[in-house]
Amino acid sequence: MHELSVAENIIEIVQEHLQGDQKNAVKKVKVKVGKLTNILVDSLIFGFEVLTKETNLDGSELEIEVIPIKIRCEACGENSTVDGFLFNCPVCQSSSIKIISGYELMVNEIELKD
Amino acid sequence: MSILTVERKILEKNDEIATSIRELFQRHKIFAINLVSSPGSGKTSLVEQTIAKCKNKFRMAVIEGDVQTDLDAQRIHALGIPVVQIVTHGACHLEANLVRDSLQNINIAGIDLVIIENVGNLVCPAGYDLGEDQKVVIVSTTEGDDKPLKYPAMFRRASVLIINKLDLLPHLNASLEELEKNALSINPSLKIFKTSCQTGEGINEWCNWLELRIKKL
Repeated sequence: MHELSVAENIIEIVQEHLQGDQKNAVKKVKVKVGKLTNILVDSLIFGFEVLTKETNLDGSELEIEVIPIKIRCEACGENSTVDGFLFNCPVCQSSSIKIISGYELMVNEIELKD
Repeated sequence: MSILTVERKILEKNDEIATSIRELFQRHKIFAINLVSSPGSGKTSLVEQTIAKCKNKFRMAVIEGDVQTDLDAQRIHALGIPVVQIVTHGACHLEANLVRDSLQNINIAGIDLVIIENVGNLVCPAGYDLGEDQKVVIVSTTEGDDKPLKYPAMFRRASVLIINKLDLLPHLNASLEELEKNALSINPSLKIFKTSCQTGEGINEWCNWLELRIKKL
């Protein structure tokens, strides 16, 4: 993926949410990245650091919560977390499944300094 | 410690534009496909074959995406079909804003089908909605039967798989059955077509499917 462009979008969203003194008081930016987005966590953090250097967000931390791939089986009704990219129900082996998490790509919260 | 709740999708701008494109297509009863593949699988050849077989059945427009050159758009233009070339100068995928801008250069009144030929790449285009009805992924017989397993996100997002370059099978140690099995293990609802843009094999079936989709709008 192209983590620099994603980092750019994150920064844009964060800047839109900051008012007044908050602009210089960001401690952490918390994002959720689903495993199915193919985004590399280290590259995203690196991109964020590069793009925030010498800006009001310099020194703020990008905290990434990786969201696992969860599926719901339409055959037996069970929800499961899958490790790899095999989309069969681990309970009944059916391939009639719906992906219920793993595609997330969002800015969740901004933590401000005390 | 104070927390500002944000809860915004990082790609929201792209998604908003994609939604407006989708609404535009729906208003004009246009069926739109986002054609994706590795570089060299035969996207442009498939578009050429589709035009040759279908241009008297329904009206088409094409949006071409490439990192450099307008060579693909030239090929389509030579067949008399409205086409716009997007040159990304480095971006490895198309985004909705580029498609929206291209559509301003096409007279879409009366168009039945828009084909968006994405930049050759099986990774990044998976994450970018362009306002299409369906993602169509092409894999050619030379790429290895395990291709779908290597790019699960794309094969999961696509609804159609075209296995291209059937004519090369006699020269390869490839198994169509294995490739299909792998594709369906990632996405059991994939509609599969098998084609050769050299011999024309399978193009009729592909075009019939397109015609049905257009009629259903």
